[in-house]
Amino acid sequence: MSDKLLEVQDLKTYFTITKGVVKAVDGVSFYVNKGESIGLVGESGCGKTTTALSVTKLLPNEGYIDSGKIIFDGKDITNLGDKELSNFRWKEVSMIFQGAMNALNPVKRVCDQIVEAILLHEDVTKKEAMERVKELFELVELDTNLMFSFPHEFSGGMRQRAIIAMALACNPKLIIGDEPTTALDVMVQAQILDLINDLRKKLHMSMIMITHDLSIITETCDRIAVMYAGKIVEMGNTQEVVENCFHPYTEKLINAFPNIYQERKMVDSIPGDPPDLYNPPKGCRFAPRCHKKIGDICDSVEPTLIDYSGKEHFVACHLRRNS
Amino acid sequence: MEMTDNLKKLKDREKELKRQKLKNNLKLFFSNKRAVFGVVILAFFIFMAVIGPLLYDYDHFLYFLGPRVGFPTEEYKLGFDELGRDVLGAVIYGTRASLAIGIFVTLIIVFVGATFGIAAGYFGGLFDIVIMRITEAFSIIPTIPLILTLSAIIGQNFSNIILILGLTGWPSTARLVRSQTLSIKQRNYVERAKAIGAGDIYIMMKHILPNVFPLIFSNIILLVQNAIITESTLAFLGVGDPTIPTWGQLLRSAREQGAISTGSWWLFIPAGICLVLLASSFVFIGYGFDEINNPKLRRR
Repeated sequence: MSDKLLEVQDLKTYFTITKGVVKAVDGVSFYVNKGESIGLVGESGCGKTTTALSVTKLLPNEGYIDSGKIIFDGKDITNLGDKELSNFRWKEVSMIFQGAMNALNPVKRVCDQIVEAILLHEDVTKKEAMERVKELFELVELDTNLMFSFPHEFSGGMRQRAIIAMALACNPKLIIGDEPTTALDVMVQAQILDLINDLRKKLHMSMIMITHDLSIITETCDRIAVMYAGKIVEMGNTQEVVENCFHPYTEKLINAFPNIYQERKMVDSIPGDPPDLYNPPKGCRFAPRCHKKIGDICDSVEPTLIDYSGKEHFVACHLRRNS
Repeated sequence: MEMTDNLKKLKDREKELKRQKLKNNLKLFFSNKRAVFGVVILAFFIFMAVIGPLLYDYDHFLYFLGPRVGFPTEEYKLGFDELGRDVLGAVIYGTRASLAIGIFVTLIIVFVGATFGIAAGYFGGLFDIVIMRITEAFSIIPTIPLILTLSAIIGQNFSNIILILGLTGWPSTARLVRSQTLSIKQRNYVERAKAIGAGDIYIMMKHILPNVFPLIFSNIILLVQNAIITESTLAFLGVGDPTIPTWGQLLRSAREQGAISTGSWWLFIPAGICLVLLASSFVFIGYGFDEINNPKLRRR
């Protein structure tokens, strides 16, 4: 099981703006095993989506991969050409998009849009592709009678299912879910998550789940990586991280969730603002907001991810080294 | 095999629904008085252009059938022009010229304008800047003098006039299409199309064009009408193919002969009314489409 499907090594993705260079992702390393799911959490603007877009090479024009390596299934894909890339996308890695409401073209039928994905990658006739769409509709528990409908005739949950069907269209090895359940109500959210979980197990796919909702990660992911200001600050087995979290940021993040069994009260918030990635703080990036700061070392030396416990639970914090 | 049958059934049902929808839309369109008025007038002119020449014999080069600017007679119901030609024949045959101008000029404008507009909006950068500066240049230069100059250079036969009208008309459409493209290319489904490995041309053809098409379509009605009127204006000013009868030519000879002061109504009234009716029929049809596409205008 320990075959690495995707390995990201010291990935640095920068954006050029008129002022200079914004270091959106600054030295992120992680891996995804075959059949495993990993969750990326963190607040807005911490580089979750940028990491995912770097993996699929879908960065906007201003963004570029400065250094680092992305190895997929033993192949270095960091410098793939356009043609190989378009083959790589969807056949190897596909994406469930943020906001499925808008990821479907309003003037084209749902089935045609999925057929499009199949035809672009596989040498099959339109009829065969249509059969495949029908299977996919059954797989994601959509009524096949609705295949020829337009997106506006679908509800939000149905559209999300259609997007999932599209992501599965070419049997990818890895699926990236970029906040797949935002903009859905809680009931539908739960249904969609169940569906994703079932499908992942049935089809033996790996998944990267991007969200800022820790509860989604604990429900669907084997491992978790907490990101802050373009870096991973804590990574490990989901249960391990949630129960024995060490990094002060992870701790704050978990405390920021209201406990439904307790009295209703204001949840903890993290004081201060996330740092400006154009000019990130020296040393530990969380130091200015940290409540457990131990002194000058936090402000001057950047902590590295180290597995202190020997249980593949990596933490980047000076405090952990001292204790 | 069973599944294929199933799929076929689904498709049939879909076709049935589509037919139903078309039926509803047609019903909506024809329940609109203005739209029906427009369609009836347009149908009349199309009939006149297609069938008219078969029923009515006319030769543009048959001079002096009657006196110069002669009064209507039993045989020639709309009298004669300054060269003694049959005016009724010229009016009927002129329909052909007007409709042909309307159709072909619009085709050129839509094709060139949509291509440049989508490409400029989608690619952006230097290409966008160049195209936009060209369209700005076109919109600064007054149209009629520009067309007059161009036709003096290229020569004034019928196809040249179509070409000139088409090539001077595309910039406004290109700007319109570009602005819509700028908005559509930022939508999530375009990003999704990129993610599933679609190329630029594919995205422009399959995702952006269908979304800007409603805009192009509503623009077409204005373009046709505009092309017809501009062509008549040119003919009125003396730019046009003298070998092909047009309404504009009739109006010009009316002016040259001082038809209004001499009361030779047959020279300008029939051609003028035809021009106004044909141009307004497109506007009325436009209203009809507007009411189908814009539910707020719909009366229930």
